[in-house]
Amino acid sequence: MTRMQEIPWVEKIPLHEQEVQIQERLQRPGRLNLYQLTWLRPLIESRWPQLILRVATLSGFVFTIAVGLFGSLVGSHNFAIIFVWIAWWTALKLVFIPFGGRSWCSICPIPLPGDWLQQGGVYQPGQHRFGMNLRWPKRFRGSWIQSGAFLLIGLFSAVTLTSPQVTGWVLLAIFGLAMGLSLVFEKRSFCTYLCPIGGFSGMYAQTSPVEVRIIEKDVCIQHDVKSCYQACPWGLYPVAFQDSSACGLCMECLRACPSDNLALNLRPFGTDLGRPKLSSRLDESFLALVMLGSVVTFAAVFIGPWGWLKSAAFEVGSLPWIGYALAYLVLNLLLLPAIFFAAVWTGEKLSTKNFSLKRAISTQAQVLLPLGLMAWIAFTVSFVLPKLHLVVSVLNDPFGWGWQLLGLNEINRMASILGISASLQVGLLLVGFFWSVSVSRKISTQNSKKPQRLNLPVVAFNLLFTLAMLWLLVG
Amino acid sequence: MKKEWLARGIVVLGLAIAVVIPTVGWWEQKQGMVVHAHMAETGGWSPEYLTAEVGKPLHLQLTSDDVTHGFAVGQLDQPAVDVVPGEMTDVTLVFDKPGKYTFYCTRWCSVNHWRMRGTIEVTGPEAANELVKPPLYVTLGLDIDADHQASVIPEEKPAAWRGALLDREIPDKYWDGEYYLSQTPVDLWLALRSEPSLDDLSDQEVWDLMAWVWKSNTTPEELQTGQEIFSANCAACHGENGAGDGVFAGQLADSSGDSESRHITGTQTQRPANFTDPTHMLSTSPAHLQGKIIRGGMGTGMPYWGAIFTEDQVWALVAYLWTFQFDMEAQP
Repeated sequence: MTRMQEIPWVEKIPLHEQEVQIQERLQRPGRLNLYQLTWLRPLIESRWPQLILRVATLSGFVFTIAVGLFGSLVGSHNFAIIFVWIAWWTALKLVFIPFGGRSWCSICPIPLPGDWLQQGGVYQPGQHRFGMNLRWPKRFRGSWIQSGAFLLIGLFSAVTLTSPQVTGWVLLAIFGLAMGLSLVFEKRSFCTYLCPIGGFSGMYAQTSPVEVRIIEKDVCIQHDVKSCYQACPWGLYPVAFQDSSACGLCMECLRACPSDNLALNLRPFGTDLGRPKLSSRLDESFLALVMLGSVVTFAAVFIGPWGWLKSAAFEVGSLPWIGYALAYLVLNLLLLPAIFFAAVWTGEKLSTKNFSLKRAISTQAQVLLPLGLMAWIAFTVSFVLPKLHLVVSVLNDPFGWGWQLLGLNEINRMASILGISASLQVGLLLVGFFWSVSVSRKISTQNSKKPQRLNLPVVAFNLLFTLAMLWLLVG
Repeated sequence: MKKEWLARGIVVLGLAIAVVIPTVGWWEQKQGMVVHAHMAETGGWSPEYLTAEVGKPLHLQLTSDDVTHGFAVGQLDQPAVDVVPGEMTDVTLVFDKPGKYTFYCTRWCSVNHWRMRGTIEVTGPEAANELVKPPLYVTLGLDIDADHQASVIPEEKPAAWRGALLDREIPDKYWDGEYYLSQTPVDLWLALRSEPSLDDLSDQEVWDLMAWVWKSNTTPEELQTGQEIFSANCAACHGENGAGDGVFAGQLADSSGDSESRHITGTQTQRPANFTDPTHMLSTSPAHLQGKIIRGGMGTGMPYWGAIFTEDQVWALVAYLWTFQFDMEAQP
């Protein structure tokens, strides 16, 4: 991911390579600049619509914490469980990420209090006010901590997803952590390096059809104030964007640019994918593998027919749970990385003689993104559709205190939807597989004289994963 | 700067709404009477002590925090309601007599299901001036904990209809309701066997006569009531067919098993009584069974039902228990 503090082209990449990349990017066709649409521009230019949305999500967030801590102990009747893990988590995976990348980040309530403290305001970004404003330590950069946070979620998922009080405490802890870190570290350090949802959204944002990019590079180079960088709450410099993984789509750079040289582009799906990676960092590859391992595990625990697995995942601290935790960690930390690395190594060995394994892994890991995204969507469809009626029922009685806000006594269950659900899941998984195959082809034709050989092992890995998901979800 | 303050105002307003709604709701919640149900192992009813006044309606909101429970009040003619996890069930109770009432769970929620009981203290003008009649087993001075075994048992299940077909003269005293309540089936069989006029009958035929006399003390409606009470309250341990093999029987008897439940009970539970065992049942009188039901098994795991069933309900239940020994049908 590209952050100002770690822009590789500033540090390492030779100037002529940068030039080529930027030129390629600018010439890429198929973009529609949404910021130039007359009806949309005022909605983005004014901070009010976004602020109102953030206030709404902030209120909802605080309300959710209150309901989680004080409402019904029964998960299926508690607003916190249903809204966080059914409504929001589903919306994130089915709408926000696939169609908007990190669009959730632009209205996420969690950093709002921290922003207020740091900048001394919520509407007008002012000067730095409170906090130590430290740089995030270099050794903790990248998405390693986010992968760890996601693994942690996986270990306790069965409890967090069913117990309203645990959900309440987790949300409160995240809120406190984000606020606390904003007083120690500069800008959006929590969002960038810690937030597991940020890691999740950022990675899959590379498949999404939305991007913020500069229009004319020369205009930026000649502009010595760099208002966009000054304005960015994340500390990013848009000229350096190589993909959409780091940009939180807050639109501050578009508002700040005096030359109107920034664009909010609609682009084809998966545009960021298939480029040879210049860096040899493995954190993103590892995060992508953790997402695959997690979705397989969640599908097995929540959708699978194994009661013992469910209770093992649920009884945190018990011996069966330790077994579950070990299996989950071995799968994510050893098994999946080993298989994937072996696949990449085999492919490279078959097609070229000299290669950097790290760089090859980091490049090939891009094929895991469409695969993982579609697997998450398919899992969500199978997990959520039968529970959608609960969303209405907790709106009617959020605390489980017998309220009748909507005047509904009986909420009909939607069982009939299950029939479509299975074929929909198969379709989604197949789309994920073929999409990842096409990314793999794109990489191999650029990279090798014998593209098929480079391709095969990684495609086999993808096929194996897809079959496993098919078996777990519909098999 | 005006805009900044407006924006801050909106943020604070949003937060205020998010905090005020739950607070107001919580306050209103505290005003109403909400009763939470948990399995006995995790606390039972909360609160478990309620007060009410004669004639004044008591509104309760019932909810469960774990599994589905039921709610009913003993000695009160009010249908039981289900208490569903996460949902509120509204109940209104009206008491016309003062006293202590027991409310209890009517769903087999766990092995200690029957321990889910609470008290409603109903106060009123004519408090406790009614004389309480002691139950029959007390009047008779029965030791309901003593061991008892039938000295004789029938070869096959006695049938009242076969006894009726024999069409024999039986002394009036045996038809008496008082006789039935205080005597055991073996007592009656021995008495009939010693009647010279019945000398020509086989032992089994005397058993059939005995069942015929026993049946005359009940009605099909009473048996129906007894069966309903048995299914709802007794079958969990004693089994639907009375053999002492209900769904919780194994857990009650397993001395190595559920240590948590024993930790709560503080007692060693026993296997539930087997009503299909003739040596046990035929040496038991209706008064004895009544005593067991209303007093409970004293440390055996058998709950006391005196606070819950009315006297008529107990007798209906006793009548039904005999169907595990005798064919009580009018016709084959």
